[in-house]
Amino acid sequence: MSGTLPALAAIFAQLSLLAFGGGNTILPEMQRQVTQVHPWMTPQEFAALYALAQAAPGPNMLVSTLIGWRVAGFGGALVATGALTGPSSVLTFFSAHLWHKFRDRPWRRTIQAGLMPVTAGLVMAGAVVLARSTSVDWRAAALTLVATLLFLSERLHPMLVLALAAVAGALGLVG
Amino acid sequence: MLPQPPPPTRRDLFLGFLGVGVCGFGGVLPWARRMIVDQRRWLSATEFTDLLGLCQFLPGPNVINLSVALGSRFHGVSGAASAFCGLMFAPMAIVIALGALYAQYGGHPTVRHAFLGLAAAASGLVLATALKISAPLRTNPVGIGIAAVTLAAIAVVRLPLPIVLLVMAPLSIFVTTRAGR
Repeated sequence: MSGTLPALAAIFAQLSLLAFGGGNTILPEMQRQVTQVHPWMTPQEFAALYALAQAAPGPNMLVSTLIGWRVAGFGGALVATGALTGPSSVLTFFSAHLWHKFRDRPWRRTIQAGLMPVTAGLVMAGAVVLARSTSVDWRAAALTLVATLLFLSERLHPMLVLALAAVAGALGLVG
Repeated sequence: MLPQPPPPTRRDLFLGFLGVGVCGFGGVLPWARRMIVDQRRWLSATEFTDLLGLCQFLPGPNVINLSVALGSRFHGVSGAASAFCGLMFAPMAIVIALGALYAQYGGHPTVRHAFLGLAAAASGLVLATALKISAPLRTNPVGIGIAAVTLAAIAVVRLPLPIVLLVMAPLSIFVTTRAGR
């Protein structure tokens, strides 16, 4: 187990600096690292931990806390969360006042608009990677599609949709 | 015009973001904006949008960057640490408690099935987010192409993210700029 904490730190620190466009873009790489590169859990377990993190309040990258916790206990939770949030926070700290100077420069908009298609592709890849492991049968796949439509329509609160899906699962509608 | 409130202390920063962390079900940013702009008036709406621009531009979870940038604006390193810890404290404690419960009861058939349902819906949440982000690309065939190649490289070929970003980010910025002229 001695190499686990440094490995967690290295993986999540790298992800921290690659998370352009917010936390969801690194989801597929996170899954690849902790299920394929390091055989710490199955893709199904990863999807369950991700779902659990969504059921808690707070920033959407709390899945790092759960992965760290699952792999190396409480210390792992602190290391993974610290590594995921630390490097990007240090970068933010040092660029906060520089930013003010550059806020009207056109290259800022150019880079942001230019990265948008990549961000869209990465988040879509996250959805594909997750859905692949959560679609345990056709009914689970159908539930994913129904939930997607409900999230898109924005008529129900996202937490209510997640809760209803859990109830549907508990009643034996899935799996 | 309402009078400008005094700048927040480190304690205010911690408590303000603590409230945001606890409230933020299904997206924290709207709550952060409500607290910072509407309730405590630490920033004007324009200042908030400008600061959020930085936090979306830099890598990392946007709202965490926001806590660091705002905290450091008022109190440097200790302000950034106060806001950051306030934001992360309660959600981390809650998620670890949920994890412990899951480890304890996850094997029970009903709980296991509830999780299959929850996980299926969580996939839907990411899919819905992806569709919303992709919506502006509808009129942009080049953008759709870039997104599709990125999607295939990551989800089908399963290439490492650093390699994909190194190739696709400059390419995307280059073609988007040329298409915009």
